[in-house]
Amino acid sequence: MTSLSLKNVSKSYGTVEVLRNINLDIEQGELIVFVGPSGCGKSTLLRMIAGLEKITGGTLEIDGMVVNDVPPAQRGIAMVFQSYALYPHMTVYDNMAFALKLAGKSKVEIDTAVRAAADRLQLTDYLDRLPKALSGGQRQRVAIGRSIVRDPKVFLFDEPLSNLDAALRVATRIEIAQLKESMPDSTMVYVTHDQVEAMTLASRIVVLHGGDVEQFGPPLDLYERPANTFVAQFIGSPAMNLLDAKVTGTGETTSVQTADGGHAAVPIPSHASDADSAVKLGVRPEDLTITDSDDFLVAADVDMVEALGETTVLYFMSGSGEPGLIAKLPGIHKIARGTNIRLTAAPEKLHLFDDKGTSFLYR
Amino acid sequence: MLTDNPALLGLVTIVIGVGACLGYFFFSNVVLDKVIFPATGPNAGRNINRANLVRPWLFLFPAVFALTLYLAYPVFETLRLSLTDRSLDGAFVGFENYRKMMAESKFWEAVRNNMLWLIVVPAASTAFGLLVAQLTDRIRWGNLAKSLIFMPMAISFVGASVIFKLIYDTRPADQNQIGILNAVWLKFDGGIGSVLMLQVLPTLMYLAFAAIVAYVAWLFVKDIVGKGQDRSVWLLPLRLLVGVAGVWLVWLSVSSAIGVWSAELPHGEPQTWLTLSFWNNFFLMVVLIWIQTGFAMVILSAALRGIPEETIEAAIIDGANPFQIFFKIKVPQIMGTIVVVWTTITLTVLKVFDIVFAMTNGQWETQVLANYMYDKLFRANDWGVGSASAIIIMLLVTPILVWNVYNARKEMR
Amino acid sequence: MASIAGKKSGLTWAVHISVAALVLLWLFPTVGLFVSSFRSGDQISSSGWWAALFPSEQNEVYRTADPKDKRVADGDMFVVTGNIFESAPRDIKAWGVSSRDVAAYQPGETAELKDGESVTLQADGNYVWRGNDKQISGRGQRIFITATVPPDFSLENYTTILFSGSGQDNMAKAFFNTLTVTIPATIIPIVIAAFAAYALAWMEFPGRALLIAAVVALLVVPLQLALIPLLRLHLGIGIGKGYLGVWLAHTAFGMPLAIYLLRNYMVGLPRDIIENAKVDGATDFEIFTRIILPLSFPALASFAIFQFLWTWNDLLVAKVFLIDSTGSTTVMTNQIVELLGTRGGNWEILATAAFVSIAVPLAVFFLMQRYLVRGLLAGSVK
Repeated sequence: MTSLSLKNVSKSYGTVEVLRNINLDIEQGELIVFVGPSGCGKSTLLRMIAGLEKITGGTLEIDGMVVNDVPPAQRGIAMVFQSYALYPHMTVYDNMAFALKLAGKSKVEIDTAVRAAADRLQLTDYLDRLPKALSGGQRQRVAIGRSIVRDPKVFLFDEPLSNLDAALRVATRIEIAQLKESMPDSTMVYVTHDQVEAMTLASRIVVLHGGDVEQFGPPLDLYERPANTFVAQFIGSPAMNLLDAKVTGTGETTSVQTADGGHAAVPIPSHASDADSAVKLGVRPEDLTITDSDDFLVAADVDMVEALGETTVLYFMSGSGEPGLIAKLPGIHKIARGTNIRLTAAPEKLHLFDDKGTSFLYR
Repeated sequence: MLTDNPALLGLVTIVIGVGACLGYFFFSNVVLDKVIFPATGPNAGRNINRANLVRPWLFLFPAVFALTLYLAYPVFETLRLSLTDRSLDGAFVGFENYRKMMAESKFWEAVRNNMLWLIVVPAASTAFGLLVAQLTDRIRWGNLAKSLIFMPMAISFVGASVIFKLIYDTRPADQNQIGILNAVWLKFDGGIGSVLMLQVLPTLMYLAFAAIVAYVAWLFVKDIVGKGQDRSVWLLPLRLLVGVAGVWLVWLSVSSAIGVWSAELPHGEPQTWLTLSFWNNFFLMVVLIWIQTGFAMVILSAALRGIPEETIEAAIIDGANPFQIFFKIKVPQIMGTIVVVWTTITLTVLKVFDIVFAMTNGQWETQVLANYMYDKLFRANDWGVGSASAIIIMLLVTPILVWNVYNARKEMR
Repeated sequence: MASIAGKKSGLTWAVHISVAALVLLWLFPTVGLFVSSFRSGDQISSSGWWAALFPSEQNEVYRTADPKDKRVADGDMFVVTGNIFESAPRDIKAWGVSSRDVAAYQPGETAELKDGESVTLQADGNYVWRGNDKQISGRGQRIFITATVPPDFSLENYTTILFSGSGQDNMAKAFFNTLTVTIPATIIPIVIAAFAAYALAWMEFPGRALLIAAVVALLVVPLQLALIPLLRLHLGIGIGKGYLGVWLAHTAFGMPLAIYLLRNYMVGLPRDIIENAKVDGATDFEIFTRIILPLSFPALASFAIFQFLWTWNDLLVAKVFLIDSTGSTTVMTNQIVELLGTRGGNWEILATAAFVSIAVPLAVFFLMQRYLVRGLLAGSVK
């Protein structure tokens, strides 16, 4: 069943368009992550779903009902803010009870709901405290508890982990994943700029860039079959290398020649009209391997070596990619600066993008 | 009777007044949400949005009403009154009132005195405030010291006037002086101590003042004569004005410094300070400086604390001495705040009424505009000239008004 | 700096001394008034208040007992004995019997007057006055003494000003009048301005920027301009001069600062909290009363102090809008100004009256200084 549906939703401030024709159908029980660089409109989109920003075009449906003009409280959503937005003058209990009180629920009902949520989040001992007497992780849990109490149809999370330190962030991320598992029927929408959060939490990811949806799909799809150069470079770290190349043969398998003389036969179909066109050949740093044979992709001088033990990262300034080629090799390799090295990759790990940046797979 | 007991009356008023305010806000919202645009039925969403369009104005109405009726409207009404004559049934008389006012020597006296106030009080208050803020910055009992210097802020102008009248009090020569100023004055007998305190010291102060004025004026003027980058036409009149005022002030202080040596000081005679024409203005200004220094100190002290410690540490490593740190590192960084303090005190000075009213009531050539206006309005019952002088005060305030609005708008963008 | 520089320079001492000097200079005027308010009129006019803090040498005049009742025959002479001090004994340093030489004798010495008349005075004030029938007659002999007088203060002036004084000297009524003006004139503008400030800070509507600019502009409009038009208005619509008029005037005159301060503060509250309340289902009215008001307490307190000090210390607005010709609604500042006119020489009354009027603001000042400073900073530093 579709829980949340956006049809041609757009947003503009005056003449400035910040979101264009967003179409998303989100099923009940999904955890959708909006990810993208800052300024891509992901938070705005979330706030439009919440009802905090006006929708300037298109329709938004929750549970099959158009809610464009419905105020936030009546949309059946709950939101966890980046800064937690706890009411500083209310105790943890009152923070969680506030929405229910406003809705006119009975005292018993409120108490049951608050205690159940507190129990679930291990907050029972802190119910009488003010937010300032809690640690960062506890505040985060109160914010989540506050949304659980309302039993919403859709949970909205606006970068909920970005105020936590690195260790706590990992722990809380796992807690959220467990929480989702314990509530299989609730739909969640989660905004982050951190691809690790996106990859680990999401059932499907929406990659936003400059007000457009670049790709919408399951996490590994985005990694294995990026729809365009933006997604290709945004997901994965270090980012995918994009080499300038020329199509030399078309058909079921596309042959390309890189600028510095390398060859590859990529098992991606192409049209006859693609012949001789300039394309980008994408290869992830972790897919590159050193080779001695003449059947190489790139040959270049090593500019810098980062030996991390687990992996060895090589940087090439002279490679044909920009801003420079990166290779990530498993294990320890003793390679001196300036060594000329040939690199290659398995053909099925290669990606092809046309001159507009669109993947050959999605044309 | 209720009305006989002011305390009870006050209490009832508080309850009624505050209750009415809260009641207005509460019920107008209820009516809006429940009656006019109910949030139920088929149009719920649209109704809620419409209610939200109206609501800001419900919240704003009493405030906007008060501001319009009590502050905005009077500006225009006063302008109108200043162009009419009350005795002619409010007939339009053009600039007759202004002409009449300009013909009065008392008006020009008030203008001259106001100019003196405008230069001396903000300068002295800011300087003292800065001095105290800097001195107390790092000492352990600094907060106590600041608190005590800040205290006069709580004292009314009238109370301060009484306090200073006691200081300026004069008794006949053969009695014990009970005003501290005369008691100190009588200690001077024309000996070496008197020369030091009454001639050398004032001369040094005059010259120091002249030096500072000259420096500030030069800062403003040098961009005109030199090859400055900022040669915008807008600032040219301001620069010229500051330049001319600077030359005038330097001339005034240098000639005063010379005057100190040629004057015959009446040693041994108790002085009636408030009737010494020209100088009595300064005795009145002391009262306001005494009050406003605390204000300047509090704000400048916060500004000094806001200076990034690193810039000072860098200056120490660069070999700056405490004075260089103060004048070359700290003061430039808080220049914006100094300007704000200066303009705020300037506004207070323009409206100063109580001090003059209570201490001299404008006699002995101490008239200022605000008191002159009060005199015209309520003693002479001349609404035309009174309104005209009020407009003069408004004109003097206007540059600050424009500047404030300009800044506020810049900030909101 | 001291922590970095390592060595403590002589400059530190100079700083301590200059600060102490400045503090004393600033404190001196108020202390003078304070001390004077505990001295009698005679004391104030005979010596400076700074002398009252220490034991002082004073010249006083006493008279021996009346010969008619007290003289006792001693042979052919008559003697009057007794003690010149009735209540407060002094430590006599020197004494005399003539105003031309008030310190002619030491205690215990005998002053030989004309024709065998003599006076002996002991250090404790006991005297023996001896002479013939004619000499020991009429009024008692005058005795001038020079004595060390301990500091002497009393609450008498305060009793006069607050309770027993008559007419202009009694400030009790003015005190209550001032309170009656001040408290509603402090609370009502806060309520009105808080709602307006919330609208200007957190609600979207056309013309908002313009309104904020207008508030900033009205912040500096001198209230002098408002006097005549508003007095005419008040007289015209029947409010006349009275409490209602002065409350309205103070409310309106305090409004720009109140809105400005409160809006600046409210804008700084985290947007997330307010949006969260909206998601929680709060209406604007509920957000205001349950979230914004409690969180804005510091700003509300700051403005309350400003407005309280301003209305308590105000003279002009009260004179124009409140005080009618009967003077029954006079406030303290006005009464003091009138005292300055009519009782300009009576420093004991003036000083005490002034101190009564500044005592309340001073108490508020010292108790709530934190909020006052915060308000000043919010109102001025941009």
